[in-house]
Amino acid sequence: MRTYAMVIDTRTCIGCGDCVVACKNENKVPAGLNRDWVVEATRGEYPKLQTEFRSERCNHCGHATCVTNCPTGASHYWRDTNIVLVAAEKCTGCKACIAACPYDARLLMHPDGYVDKCTFCHHRVEKGQDPACVSGCPTRCMYFGQIDDRDSEVSRLLRERRYKTLMPETGNRPHVYYLL
Amino acid sequence: MIEEVLVTARYNAKVDPVLGIWTWEIAFYLFMGGMAAGIMLFSAWAVLTRRRETLTFAHDRFALWAPVALSLGMTTLFLDLEYKIHVFRFYTSFEPSSPMSWGAWVLVLIYPLMIVQILSTLRDGYPAMARLLERIPLGGRLLDLCQTRRGMIALSVIPLAVGLGIYTGVLLSAFSARPFWNSAALGPLFLISGLSTAAVIPILAGVQRQERHFFEVADMTLISVELLLIGLLLVSLATGAAQQREALSLVIGGEYTVPFWLWFVLPGLLVPIVFELIALWGGRAFALTAAVLVVYGGFMLRLVMVEIGQVSSWNEYAIQFDPELLQRLVQ
Repeated sequence: MRTYAMVIDTRTCIGCGDCVVACKNENKVPAGLNRDWVVEATRGEYPKLQTEFRSERCNHCGHATCVTNCPTGASHYWRDTNIVLVAAEKCTGCKACIAACPYDARLLMHPDGYVDKCTFCHHRVEKGQDPACVSGCPTRCMYFGQIDDRDSEVSRLLRERRYKTLMPETGNRPHVYYLL
Repeated sequence: MIEEVLVTARYNAKVDPVLGIWTWEIAFYLFMGGMAAGIMLFSAWAVLTRRRETLTFAHDRFALWAPVALSLGMTTLFLDLEYKIHVFRFYTSFEPSSPMSWGAWVLVLIYPLMIVQILSTLRDGYPAMARLLERIPLGGRLLDLCQTRRGMIALSVIPLAVGLGIYTGVLLSAFSARPFWNSAALGPLFLISGLSTAAVIPILAGVQRQERHFFEVADMTLISVELLLIGLLLVSLATGAAQQREALSLVIGGEYTVPFWLWFVLPGLLVPIVFELIALWGGRAFALTAAVLVVYGGFMLRLVMVEIGQVSSWNEYAIQFDPELLQRLVQ
């Protein structure tokens, strides 16, 4: 199984939201719906406050509870990778996968009603390109690649820098990493 | 202090600001599924214990209501699907890790079993319908076959009906992403509640005094067990991880305290058990009122559980984006 990861440097992310715009343009996400979003997290007590920006999306989990809970096999892993996709032609819109995602990263596509989500732009990945959000980032704070390739930039960054994933305690093994 | 604010627009329908994917349709389906399981179990039990003289309704006539209840539930389940034309997809694959897939296939097994359970007592319970069936070729032989295998049919109903009743709870408890649901107590709780709501139907149907008395006592016992299981559910949340303790706070002082205790537990469990106790010494009005409240309580259990489970989450974003502001700009 090939494992793709997205690595986002919270020190250089400025929360501009270009990743969100790039995704909407690339994937023709309808108005009012979003596959990715930016969170501004502030920690501490005044005056000792620390703020980080996080570009968030589906974590393309190694143990994706949305896939295990899907009753029709519509939610699946793409070509022996950790990239989680939804086959619209198999989706009934039962919404079990939405309930099963601890990151609330899935959405209902209107007006059809099938479930949609970030795909890591697999249509670009298969051409050897980065996802649209990564390509469109003006501060170059986002990286994409195979985590099981020791020579990839994402592997190097995760070796050299401190990082975190979101809610690893869910046991879902998320693959979006945030450099600290 | 940790404050996490969504700074770009995200207001995905039924996901933001809090999850609201399932409403009354799913609650009603779970309620009716539980009731159908309860009806099947009481009917099977009456047959297995040969209580035709004392539990005539349960023995001969009750089973007919199970497919009616389940079909009503299935209708609202269908209404809930967002991509309705793909409903057949439930039956083009079997996903062993998905409780919903198990449920879909259990329903395929349970409908034929419901039919043969009805046929096994049709001549005694509904003779006019039996006569109609006998006019169809092989109808009479089918009735004979089911009638002579009555015990075996009742025996095979037990595991599948228990499975159906428990499934209505497991469907929710399997979602580890929703801390309020993620408890093993939910399956037994929904099964017992299903039995309890089924137990009051004969009372509402106006059965003989002896049978009514049996179901009143049975229902009091079931409500007691239900209260115990609710207590266990709350204890398991109170002794759980941080997310589960936060989920518990929704019903202990939080925004769902009033719906949970005053709209469900008090009128749906505590009042009916007291009324049923009073009804033991006479007072038909108490028995009937209790029965209506039990049905109400059964539905409210599912409704509040479905709602609270969705509100309980691992995420806690404050959402800066207000879609109403965008609407004002458009105007």
